[in-house]
Amino acid sequence: MTTASPNLPHFPHAATGASLQTPLHSLHLELGARMVEFAGYQLPVQFAQGLMAEHLHTRAAASLFDVSHMGQLRLVGADAAAALETLMPIDVLDLPVDRQRYGLLLNEQAGILDDLMLVRRSNDFLLVVNGACKRADLAHLQARIGERCEITPLAGQALLAFQGPLAVDVLQRLVPGVGQLRFMDGAAFVWEGSELYITRSGYTGEDGFEISLPDFMAETLARALLLHPEAAPAGLGARNSLRLEAGLCLYGNELDENTTPAEAGLLWAVQKARRAGGEREGGFPGAARLLAQMADPALRRRQRVGLRALERVPVREPAPLCGADGRQVGQVTSGLLSPSLAQPIAQAYVEPPSAAPGTRLQALVRGRRVPMEVVAMPFVPSRYYRG
Amino acid sequence: MSVQFSKDHEWIDSADAAAAVVGITVHAQDALGDVVFVELPEVGKTFAQGEVAGVVESVKAAADVYMPVDGEIVEVNAALRDDPSLANSDPLGAGWFFKVKLSNPAQLDALLDEAAYTAFAQSA
Repeated sequence: MTTASPNLPHFPHAATGASLQTPLHSLHLELGARMVEFAGYQLPVQFAQGLMAEHLHTRAAASLFDVSHMGQLRLVGADAAAALETLMPIDVLDLPVDRQRYGLLLNEQAGILDDLMLVRRSNDFLLVVNGACKRADLAHLQARIGERCEITPLAGQALLAFQGPLAVDVLQRLVPGVGQLRFMDGAAFVWEGSELYITRSGYTGEDGFEISLPDFMAETLARALLLHPEAAPAGLGARNSLRLEAGLCLYGNELDENTTPAEAGLLWAVQKARRAGGEREGGFPGAARLLAQMADPALRRRQRVGLRALERVPVREPAPLCGADGRQVGQVTSGLLSPSLAQPIAQAYVEPPSAAPGTRLQALVRGRRVPMEVVAMPFVPSRYYRG
Repeated sequence: MSVQFSKDHEWIDSADAAAAVVGITVHAQDALGDVVFVELPEVGKTFAQGEVAGVVESVKAAADVYMPVDGEIVEVNAALRDDPSLANSDPLGAGWFFKVKLSNPAQLDALLDEAAYTAFAQSA
């Protein structure tokens, strides 16, 4: 028996317990997907080609990912931008219409509750949040700024990511004009009578698009994209290996409520207006702590780094990392053999003195010590289209 | 028939009891996905049935390789080290893992034949 307030909007198809299906479920099965449970949904981890082939295809051509499990939230109201700034350390007020920005919801200790993408549209903000966090995010937003703007979960809306250097060529054939978008631009388009809201973004390090559209159109668009020889379906496995090569964080691995944006290496997401001395300095949860950590790196307990293994042994989370004296100085948060580099790579948190590129560490893998080196990220150069 | 299967998803071809061949099954490599790394045991090392004799890693997961019988490692497949994808492309042939000298051939009696293994793998 639920006691939730009837006034609290929720994601109708995101109940607890039962495994949910996205609008592309039957298409995934038809395409031979291996399905797994993820964020409460049945989603394809890979298709017949396999993770490696899907990963390399994304870097070379164009891959279609179903990310409909992610939460889409719409915020409406004259005060919505200012309200969002009370929850995130980013510049929302100055975000132009049809521009997108990466944002972080923080708690009072500057710990990260979720990371998200927000885009200012002509009449609202569209937020795309992590599937596993979406109900908590909605409750958080509703409790903190629900009085200041109208918050609606877009439950009947699917989300497709179309990623890779040829994605623009294919999508342009269906939706003329998308090629004019630059990285982190968004725009509304009409396709077959339905509205698509398309942003030039993604989470693979490649040029590409995320397409928000009504559930009932998702399969039609997916099939239309996959008819083109450049396009192929890809699963969550490739999405994870691509984002890791791109040096991007995964919530739950690199980010959690005990990690601050400074420790996570995400200060690029804190715009000048919100920093010390900025026009709207602070004013977000955990501001005192985050601004202090920005001013004095010694206040950061640990730092996110990239690592490259010097032997061909995959090093996975949560492998401990030791310094030259054998003392543990950190832990791997995501690791795999990079399909693009054919070399083991990882992201990890280490004590700040061990975070400088070139530092040699040893990962403990099944009792063996695997030498690793701290390296700059991304591991594979990003190819965003900046016009 | 000399090829048998364990419930840990290894196969063993014991036509030559002095050098029985061991690998992972079609079902196992399919469940793992693209194999990118294998760790093989040392030649001369002795294992009991069920002990971990190696590791096979795909892009997404690592899995132990268990000894299907008691015995001593007499040879390992060096080609698999250089090209771990052989475990995917030819798991029952060129993708073999190691050869073992059986110290208790009676253990073979308890392993599964192909039909029983197929039924087991499908129900698991």
